[in-house]
Amino acid sequence: MSTATVTETGTAKPTEKPLGGRFVAGAANYIDERTSISGFVKELGRKIFPDHWSFMLGEIALWSFVVVLLSGTFLTFFFQASMTETHYAGAFLPMRGVEMSAALDSTLRISFDIRGGLLVRQIHHWAALVFVAGIGVHMLRVFFTGAFRKPRELNWVIGFVLFVLAMGEGFTGYSLPDDLLSGNGLRIIDGMIKGIPLIGTWTSFLLFGGEFPGTQIVGRLYTLHILLLPAILVALLVVHLMLMIVNKHTQFAGPGRTNSNVVGYPMMPVYMSKMGGFFFIVFGVIVLIASLFTINPIWNYGPYDPSPVSAGTQPDWYIGFADGALRLVPPHLEFVLFDRTWSFNILIPLIALGLFIVLVAIYPFIEAWITGDKREHHIAQRPRNAPTRTAIGVAGVIFYAVLWAAASSDLIATHFHLTMEGVIHALQALLFLGPIIGYFVTKRLCIALQKKDREIALHGYESGRIVRLPGGEYIEVHQPVDEYELVKLVDFETSAPLVVRPNDKGRIPWHENLRASISRWFFEDRLQPLTQADVDAARAHQHHTLDHIAEEEASELQGAHERAGVPDAPLHPIDDGHNTETANRPSNVIIPDDDAKS
Amino acid sequence: MAHEEDALEHERASWKPSPGLAVAVPDPVQNPGLPPHRERMTDKDPAAMKRAVRTVYTLFYLSLAGSIWAIAAYMLFPIESGRIIDIRHNNLFIGLGIGLALLALGLGAIHWSKAIMSDKEFVEPRHATRGRDTTREAAVQAFRDANEESGFGRRTAIRGSLIAALVASILPGITLFRGLAPHNSEENPIAGDPVALLSHTMWKEGERLAHDPSGEPIRAADLTLGSAVHVIPESLAELSHHDGYLEEKAKAIVLLMRLLPEQLNETEERKDWSYNGIVAYSKVCTHVGCPVALYEQQTHHLLCPCHQSQFDVANGAAVIFGPAARPLPQLPITVDADGYLVAKSDFKEPVGPSFWERH
Repeated sequence: MSTATVTETGTAKPTEKPLGGRFVAGAANYIDERTSISGFVKELGRKIFPDHWSFMLGEIALWSFVVVLLSGTFLTFFFQASMTETHYAGAFLPMRGVEMSAALDSTLRISFDIRGGLLVRQIHHWAALVFVAGIGVHMLRVFFTGAFRKPRELNWVIGFVLFVLAMGEGFTGYSLPDDLLSGNGLRIIDGMIKGIPLIGTWTSFLLFGGEFPGTQIVGRLYTLHILLLPAILVALLVVHLMLMIVNKHTQFAGPGRTNSNVVGYPMMPVYMSKMGGFFFIVFGVIVLIASLFTINPIWNYGPYDPSPVSAGTQPDWYIGFADGALRLVPPHLEFVLFDRTWSFNILIPLIALGLFIVLVAIYPFIEAWITGDKREHHIAQRPRNAPTRTAIGVAGVIFYAVLWAAASSDLIATHFHLTMEGVIHALQALLFLGPIIGYFVTKRLCIALQKKDREIALHGYESGRIVRLPGGEYIEVHQPVDEYELVKLVDFETSAPLVVRPNDKGRIPWHENLRASISRWFFEDRLQPLTQADVDAARAHQHHTLDHIAEEEASELQGAHERAGVPDAPLHPIDDGHNTETANRPSNVIIPDDDAKS
Repeated sequence: MAHEEDALEHERASWKPSPGLAVAVPDPVQNPGLPPHRERMTDKDPAAMKRAVRTVYTLFYLSLAGSIWAIAAYMLFPIESGRIIDIRHNNLFIGLGIGLALLALGLGAIHWSKAIMSDKEFVEPRHATRGRDTTREAAVQAFRDANEESGFGRRTAIRGSLIAALVASILPGITLFRGLAPHNSEENPIAGDPVALLSHTMWKEGERLAHDPSGEPIRAADLTLGSAVHVIPESLAELSHHDGYLEEKAKAIVLLMRLLPEQLNETEERKDWSYNGIVAYSKVCTHVGCPVALYEQQTHHLLCPCHQSQFDVANGAAVIFGPAARPLPQLPITVDADGYLVAKSDFKEPVGPSFWERH
């Protein structure tokens, strides 16, 4: 940026017109002299980010969070987080005169007495659903591409905490309107808390400010929802993004891409425009959904009353897995022992879910321990090139998905005319069998895909061109991949299982044995990456074959020409522009010119 | 592969991170470097570039129109009538306007970046995340100096007492949170005792069973065979929300069902808890407390709609399926002189979900 320079004598005479005009230049100078902001712009302005569609998933989470913040702020101007009883006197006739809390009353007023209020409420709710979903798919992307490896393990944990906070935000927000549905949700939470040994009863008592439901809970959840949780969320989000900048983004293997560079487009102008544009697209899609599809019609549910409940009630999608876990517990898992009640029907799901999410949180450290790899990794792996991890991930996804489906066990039963018991029993079995089957199927699929890559790298794509050899044999000519495609297929790392050796004292500690068996499980079935020699040999062989075919073909044509009495006729068809036949080749293959002509 | 000749890993003299179990490939496939830049249509053809420019500003103008439309819709579609159709129109048309404004803006910006802005790829080197050796030494020296000057490591008495004081200073703050729930008071001697509160409901001897929510008392003679009635205590109506209406209701809700007396499998102890085939069970699920609201007349099973626990009313509401562990508590009932159903006492056990101190 060229700004006007002030000389010692105070005479300012810009030699050329400054960028953005004199005013912008003056303002920039003013700010820089007080903040050194030019340093930041120099560092970040042209920072390079790699490009891949899957890197956009985290952006969905980020931008929908911004939408949540904007719409939520609007709602706070109207919402009253109070459980004081009033009689509804707003515009919505069916609820007139009904006794309800100020929270539900103000929510109804937002929906029916403020123009666009319902829209903002629905934007807020839909954006929250998209937010959690965005984090979920972003986490899956990071997991399956190994982008959590050093130096990004801590950022994985931060992201994981953000996911938990997002679910907490969702739950606290969902409960605020104090309608029948959310009241029943709170009732379930209350029951779960009470089932926790030792602290459960008092935790519930303190949380609700006395007995359930009390008159405190909405106000308290509101403080959590709009103050405490968002503050932590925003702080961690900032750290998350700063670490992303410090570590720089991962990139996929490809031509020119190495572990020690970043290839892509600069922050300004490309990403500014792309990311900024994507914010508006995320926002726009959420607004469209909110204007077309109703979410959480609290006016149909009415105020919370402990007595009624409607069948087929569902929590918001991200709480489904927890609700499903509660449903899948078999009966009679509760004991009185030492004069105290042990509610294993609550504890088992809580412990199972707790273990599951702790495993997710610490997975980077487990894998680092198994591989013993202390190097930095900036190349995102293709899922197939880490078969065991991908298979573990799929097993985890199936485990989660079964729990999630279980939250709709009653709806599955009614929609498909099945027995409720049958659905539950099937899901109980699937909870254990599904991940195991998914693990093995995925691992085999990954290895098969690796083999396919290897095949393509060595022998090329099937070109669809069938050639009949003079001997009568038909062969399909394979089109070799060009070097830029090739590097995407073969640039991956693999690890060998650990071989245990006794330590200085001549012993093998138990944890080394454990580590060796886990690493064997991880890396036993593996494909060795190709070497340049492998590729060269395959290429040479292929060239030889192709030359041979061409020779045979030419001599046969020549023979035919001679028999026909035109020995000088060309061996290749003359391209007069009317030849409509085109070779069937994969569109992403660039064919070097010399190859095409031979 | 490419990692073998990483500048990143050799730029720090003291830093030789272990590759662990990674297999070193001696002869990796050579990385050909960046592919030659392929020109886009907009790079090759000025007309295409012109078209792209036109598309972008048309989208931006479309966005502008969407915003104006949203403001117009705000005025054109009032909701003050309170009719659902007006609210639907207001929601729909403001939303469509804002949605169009945002989407067109976003699409325009992205088209701009993809078709018009330079798509030349840049290469930026990475540096090891870890600080340089000299930086790290300076950082360690800073701690060392601070430790030396303060004596933090040496003076264990100061350090120990400081840590103790810091930890203790948090405790008063935690103590304050006891105030989240009430203490016992003269008015309500068990207000601060969750176990006592959970152990009692407002049912007592002679309390009439009344319809939920009307509060009409129920005569035994009016109950037809096979019917199920949602019940609250008659005196619940006297409570206001300030006196704990919802809290009492949450514990006292009952389901009343009439079966043939011979269908009931009653234990010796509970023989006189029912009246003429009429039984009353707590409506609060013993799993996590949802109302067990669904009654299947033919099988006399009760089903909780939240987690599908099923209870057999003919057998003391025993659990026959689902995650619940305990039968629903039974309310002993009889009739008073006027033929109305009344409770003989409170429940004999706490109702609702299990809790630690329950036994």
